[in-house]
Amino acid sequence: MGSTSSTLLKIPNVEELVQETGFSPAHIIRLYDRFKVLDKEGRGHLCPQDFGAIKELAMNPIRDRIISAFFSPGKETVDFNTFVRILAHFRPVDKDRPKDPNSPEPINSRSNKLKFAFQLYDQDKDGKISRDELLKVSSFFILLSSHKLNMTDSRLIDRFSGTC
Amino acid sequence: MSHRLGENMIIHALLSSLDLTSFHLAEENSASLKNEQPIRHCLSHGTQLNEYGANGNVAYGLNTSPSKLPPWKTMGETDADPDPGKTTQTMFTLNYPRIQIPFEITLWVLLASFAKIGFHVYHKITVWVPESCLLISIGLIVGGIMHSVNEDPPAVLTSSAFFLYMLPPIVLDSSYFMPTRPFFENFGTVLWFAVVGTLWNSIGIGISLFAICQIEAFGVQDINLQENLLFASIISTVEPVAVLTVFEDISIHEQLYIVVFGECLFNDAVTVVLYNLFNHVAVMPEVEAGEVFLDIGSFFVVGLGGVFFGLLFGFVAAFTTRFTGKVREIEPLIIFLYSYLAYLLAELFAISSIMAIVTCALTMKYYVEENVSQHSCTTIRHVIKMLGSVSETLIFFFLGVVTITTEHEWNWGYILFTLLFALLWRGLGILVLTQIINPFRTIPFNFKDQFGLTYGGLRGAVSFALAFTLPESIGHKKLFITGTIVVIIFTVFIQGITIRPLLKLMNVRKTNRKQETISVEIHKRLMEHTVAGIEDLCGQWSHYYWKDKFMKFNNQIIRKILIRDTRPESSIVALYKKLELQNAMEILDTMSGDISAAPSLISLHEEIKNASKSRKKFLSSDVTSMHELLSKNMYKIRQRTVSYTNKHSLPNDITAREILMRRHTSLRRSLRAGSFHGTNAAKMSQKFLSLPMGQSLNSGFPPRRFGHTETIVTKTVRVESSNHGRLPTHGLALFLRKERCSFNPRCSSSAVAEVLHELDAWGDGDEPERMESE
Repeated sequence: MGSTSSTLLKIPNVEELVQETGFSPAHIIRLYDRFKVLDKEGRGHLCPQDFGAIKELAMNPIRDRIISAFFSPGKETVDFNTFVRILAHFRPVDKDRPKDPNSPEPINSRSNKLKFAFQLYDQDKDGKISRDELLKVSSFFILLSSHKLNMTDSRLIDRFSGTC
Repeated sequence: MSHRLGENMIIHALLSSLDLTSFHLAEENSASLKNEQPIRHCLSHGTQLNEYGANGNVAYGLNTSPSKLPPWKTMGETDADPDPGKTTQTMFTLNYPRIQIPFEITLWVLLASFAKIGFHVYHKITVWVPESCLLISIGLIVGGIMHSVNEDPPAVLTSSAFFLYMLPPIVLDSSYFMPTRPFFENFGTVLWFAVVGTLWNSIGIGISLFAICQIEAFGVQDINLQENLLFASIISTVEPVAVLTVFEDISIHEQLYIVVFGECLFNDAVTVVLYNLFNHVAVMPEVEAGEVFLDIGSFFVVGLGGVFFGLLFGFVAAFTTRFTGKVREIEPLIIFLYSYLAYLLAELFAISSIMAIVTCALTMKYYVEENVSQHSCTTIRHVIKMLGSVSETLIFFFLGVVTITTEHEWNWGYILFTLLFALLWRGLGILVLTQIINPFRTIPFNFKDQFGLTYGGLRGAVSFALAFTLPESIGHKKLFITGTIVVIIFTVFIQGITIRPLLKLMNVRKTNRKQETISVEIHKRLMEHTVAGIEDLCGQWSHYYWKDKFMKFNNQIIRKILIRDTRPESSIVALYKKLELQNAMEILDTMSGDISAAPSLISLHEEIKNASKSRKKFLSSDVTSMHELLSKNMYKIRQRTVSYTNKHSLPNDITAREILMRRHTSLRRSLRAGSFHGTNAAKMSQKFLSLPMGQSLNSGFPPRRFGHTETIVTKTVRVESSNHGRLPTHGLALFLRKERCSFNPRCSSSAVAEVLHELDAWGDGDEPERMESE
């Protein structure tokens, strides 16, 4: 693409982003283009309904949780930097990273990934996953219309809560 | 006398209404007036009718032997014996020949349908034995009966009957319900396997059979190369019916599914072309190289021509439906007429009619489903499924019948080697082709997939029909027919029955992990859903560059032409109403009787509280069974979803519906937790996807609509607040239970903001399909 460099310039804090997230400039450009596509009105930031407009996401049972993971508590919008930072969690783990105790862990390290996943369960953000939260999440996945499951609902839940 | 004559005239008038008899009536009219026995004559007309039918190439080819008639004839004769002087009118006349054709058609279809019903009574059978096997068996039995009474079966499988009447519904069924997105993603692979694979198979089998023919021991040296190739092309077509059902049960991954599906669809077209090519070549005494190249060139013309025709008719159909707003009743008819027209015209020009109808259906589906009403949409789907199902059933049924009643020519060597080569070449073909195409695929096929592809290559109806339409000039036609039947029966029965256990075995052997705990299962699911969600979020559009371009073009130009202007307001509310109605219907469907038995999230939570009181120890077997139950009953991840089409039933999107439904209900709960005012409902504690009422709603919609929705929300909240909090979470279940609120979908609307937004998103998005599709 001939417009690579010009697009790069449009994105604020590009070098910082590259450094922090580990995405290559090409990746960042792609994400930027996607950001622009999602941000239909060109405001420069995304709202929950922009995420809601993604049709494929509609069929995901934990869609709401995923989307709310993008919005830190109190904020109603997501700007590009936050967008990229959150998505950086999903980069593959760098296996050959030299262990440098001084620098902060990269976003895509295992522990950061785990923290992100933890957030998906922990809705009230108290740093702990309560039994109810766990059950709630598990209930998201269960096919309600299955009759067989109805009868063993309580046993399953009981067992499930017993094991963890 | 004059009285008799009058009667005569009336009867003749009636008979002449049937076109077929008109020809003979012209002759017989003069004779009839002299004939003193009108009833007998009337019946002899009937005889004429049947004889005509037996000779000509009539649609339903009445090949009924005269043996069918004797009972009626004798009756006619005895009745007609009375002396001319008598003027008694018989109270009760039987005029079988008049209704013969439709009657027999109806009986056959009914018989086949009973067979189908019968199978499903015993669910166990259909699990192990594919339906096609059962149908063929029943056909064999019926054929045996018919043979023992020396009757000929109706000639359903004449060339014109099959290709004009039986095949189009099946192809339309397959192509209408084809999942478009995976199909286009795998288009290259599908074409590769269909075209090159079929060529490979035909040529390979043909040449090896020719080699076998040279061996004197088998005594078939007179079959030349062209005839062998012709035969090979007939038996290399695969038929997906049985395989797809098995694949679904095993939850094979969607790549394989779509490849098999697409391959079967396209290789019909390829086979027919090859068949015509070889046919042409086979009947010619000498073959010129130039001619062969011409034929190969015509192959491309045929294929592309078919596609072009299909597109043309698809667009015209879509355009027509734009104007059918006032005449909703004929909308389904338009779909059928146009696709059938595409098929027939393609046949006229001798281009690939199957490609035409496939392309037509694909194009039409996309645009037409937006234009037509909900009822028409449902009707179209149901009728297509019905027709396809009937055709398929009939074909397999007649396969069984005809097997017994035709004359066979048996040749051990030839036929057994045919069987062997069919399997062998298919296996080799798949192996080689996969090796070549794997580097181009994002998800390569492993050996298990290849085995599935190979073993799932069952032959079916098209081979059968093509075998029957071989020209008589081929000396060993009967041998070919026998061979085809043997191959079909072998593959359908043996491969069809054993593929399921084999694949299961391979599955189990592969994933040899130890049983995971339930919590691990849940966590895994969460991860997978999350990853799928993020993928969707990021959008994978480097592959879809062309798709995006096409979509832009589509949105700007094509849609404006082909799609009726919808007033957005009404469409959104209509869609929403439909959502709630479907919800209600489903509840009523699944729980016949006790609505309060519907599962709900609240009941789940309540059970949690109860369950915590009694903590029991569970046996490990309990755990395993619960584990299995749980994993079977969880939503499938996007990539693994294969519930696109069950070949024999309509698409099932319970998953999608449930997910959306739950979102509505949870949102409504949080709405209720809020205040009573519509405007304040926006302030939600949780960051669900509510539309802040003041904000973007205005930007996306004209202000008038905003007012409209606001009233809905206020109405909702007011109604709910009047019920004082004790609301179960299944929307309409509430209102069906309580008599206070009459069944008014708007009344029961849950978080309209959320739904509106989703519906709006559907309107803006790439493919604004209704909820049922995909």
